[in-house]
Amino acid sequence: MSVATARRPRPKGGGAVPFAGLLWRLPWLRPLLLLAPPLAWFVVIYLASLATLLITAFWTINPFTTQIVQVWSTDNFQRIINEPAYHSIISRTVIMAAAVTVTDAVLAFPFAYYMARVASRRAQTLLFAAVLLPLWASYLARVYAWILILNHNGVLNWSLQSIGLPPANIGYTNIAMWVVFSYIWLPFMIIPTYAALERVPETLLEAAADLGARRWRAVRDVMLPLALPGVVAGSIFTFSLTLGDYITPILVGGAGSSFIGNVIYSNVGIANNIPFAASLAAVPVAIMAVYLLLAQRLGAFEAF
Amino acid sequence: MRFSALAAVAMLVVAGCGSSNPNTGNTLAPPPTASLKPLDKVGPGEGQLNLIAWEGYVDDSWAKPFTQQTGCVVSSKYAGSSDEMVSLMKDGGGGQYDMVSASGDADLRLIYSGDVRPMNEKLIPDWTNFQTFFKNPPYNTISGIHYGISLQWGPNTLLYSTKKFPNKPTSWQVIYDPANKGLITVPDNPIQIADAALYLMKTQPSLGIKDPYELTKKQFDASVALLTTQRPLIKKYWALASDEISLFQNGDVVVGAAWPYQTIQLKAAGAAVDETIPAEGATGWGDTWMLATKAPHPNCAYLWTQYVSTAKIQAEQALFFGETPVNTQACAQMEALQAGSCAQYHADAAGTYFDTIKFWKTPIATCADGSQTCIPYDQWVSAWTTIKG
Repeated sequence: MSVATARRPRPKGGGAVPFAGLLWRLPWLRPLLLLAPPLAWFVVIYLASLATLLITAFWTINPFTTQIVQVWSTDNFQRIINEPAYHSIISRTVIMAAAVTVTDAVLAFPFAYYMARVASRRAQTLLFAAVLLPLWASYLARVYAWILILNHNGVLNWSLQSIGLPPANIGYTNIAMWVVFSYIWLPFMIIPTYAALERVPETLLEAAADLGARRWRAVRDVMLPLALPGVVAGSIFTFSLTLGDYITPILVGGAGSSFIGNVIYSNVGIANNIPFAASLAAVPVAIMAVYLLLAQRLGAFEAF
Repeated sequence: MRFSALAAVAMLVVAGCGSSNPNTGNTLAPPPTASLKPLDKVGPGEGQLNLIAWEGYVDDSWAKPFTQQTGCVVSSKYAGSSDEMVSLMKDGGGGQYDMVSASGDADLRLIYSGDVRPMNEKLIPDWTNFQTFFKNPPYNTISGIHYGISLQWGPNTLLYSTKKFPNKPTSWQVIYDPANKGLITVPDNPIQIADAALYLMKTQPSLGIKDPYELTKKQFDASVALLTTQRPLIKKYWALASDEISLFQNGDVVVGAAWPYQTIQLKAAGAAVDETIPAEGATGWGDTWMLATKAPHPNCAYLWTQYVSTAKIQAEQALFFGETPVNTQACAQMEALQAGSCAQYHADAAGTYFDTIKFWKTPIATCADGSQTCIPYDQWVSAWTTIKG
């Protein structure tokens, strides 16, 4: 319709400017109109809910009826800052997220390297399927599978005992959580790393070889820096997914394994203290903001 | 009943006059719905009934016959936790839900937020057959006003491996004993603080704990301290009954706090376990059908409550879940369905048995003496976070 109107001669005199003409005269209008629906959705649904979250964090509840009292106060944040229990929960969550990220990066790099640069086309497809296959199974099913492996009478202890080693009682500990998290988020690290490694031009490696670099030197000085944005992009997934998780700590963790998410969950669900949960939820938001800034510096967003 | 309602109104007036700010006064204001008059008689059903219930509490095997008898079509929403029930019932059920099968730890929250309204126990013929305790339990009856009709109950028992403990443990001390380090499991629930308080009630009488849900600062701190020393001994705080079952099955733990349900399941699976109520007594839970303040189908709600209070349905539901009916007449029905079950579930327990069980109720700031010095539930939750670490 707009094309037809555009070809019609413009009315003379003070008639209304046709819509298409308007679009032509104001070049910024077209992208604005195209972007308006997703942008509106983003602002209303996404940013507005975040804003509500932040505002709620400054309210409190009446401890008796648990109804929200809309009076500004920083009590919730003071509680997080002053109580050592929250410090240890926040640092546990962050350290776990970092440990999982490093583990996944170390595991994923050689795998992705093999996939991208060594494996044949056929093997590549097979490896891709193998990486993605676990994602077809439910998260819960995979966590429960790990419980069966790690618990007292589980596969791990059974295997250790049958080769004459003492049992490793790591079921329901933070080590168990680390293993399970590293397993669950590994595909999210492999795929961006693979994508980054695949994009490194072969010519650069050849140039490195011409200049006398051996294979490992080329990998270290050429491949690794060029693939780093991909690894950092993957780390955004592994770090943020671990940071926000609360199911694995419930199922696999032992005593002293609460994450930020678990405390939020118990404040929303059990205590009905939504303002405190909101202020606690601001903590991972802040951590991720810092993390994303760092990631951007390292060029992670160019990897996509 | 009527007199109590009057008394409640009088209390409201006194509270309103006696103190400029009722929230800080030392008299607890009665629940917002205390003065709402319950139905005098049950009229014809409205043809529909919307329930919020624990999973399986509205099983077809007894809900279908109810619909045939009364014409009330039952639709139910299963809630996963007491807290989900409380949030679903916000704003008096929102004009959508009629009833909720709430547990004692949610009841006072529902009552004092005005989400449920008084019920007339005289319209429930079987109410006179209830165990005396469950006619007016403190978690659903306030100043003689019934905010619901009791349904079923169960104790929180001590579950133990008979291999590790050939002799029945006689005290909750085993779950605080460093000798069992790494072999203990307790529920991941702030109400667990009451279990510690119950233990201290007997072992440290100097603290003067009378009610494990009404703790002063000193008593509360002592209970929290006990649980903090227990933490390094804990293998896992279980969140789901199935978690605890697999912990026992896999040999990860040998002793823990549990419900009779877990014991029944584990024994059925051939695990070497047993349960006991130690000398200090136990905490327990009691479920209540409560009527939403804005219930759109009150007649069907009363018809349903009458129906589930009958001995036959009480017995069916009890055996379905491994819980205990409040109707004393249900015993014979249970025996007919499964010999020995009446005694197994303590359905025939004498009145004194209930002195050993402290039923869950929401901890609130108001102590029994009316002072505001007790620790309310939100502090239980944050203390529980600190204990678990």
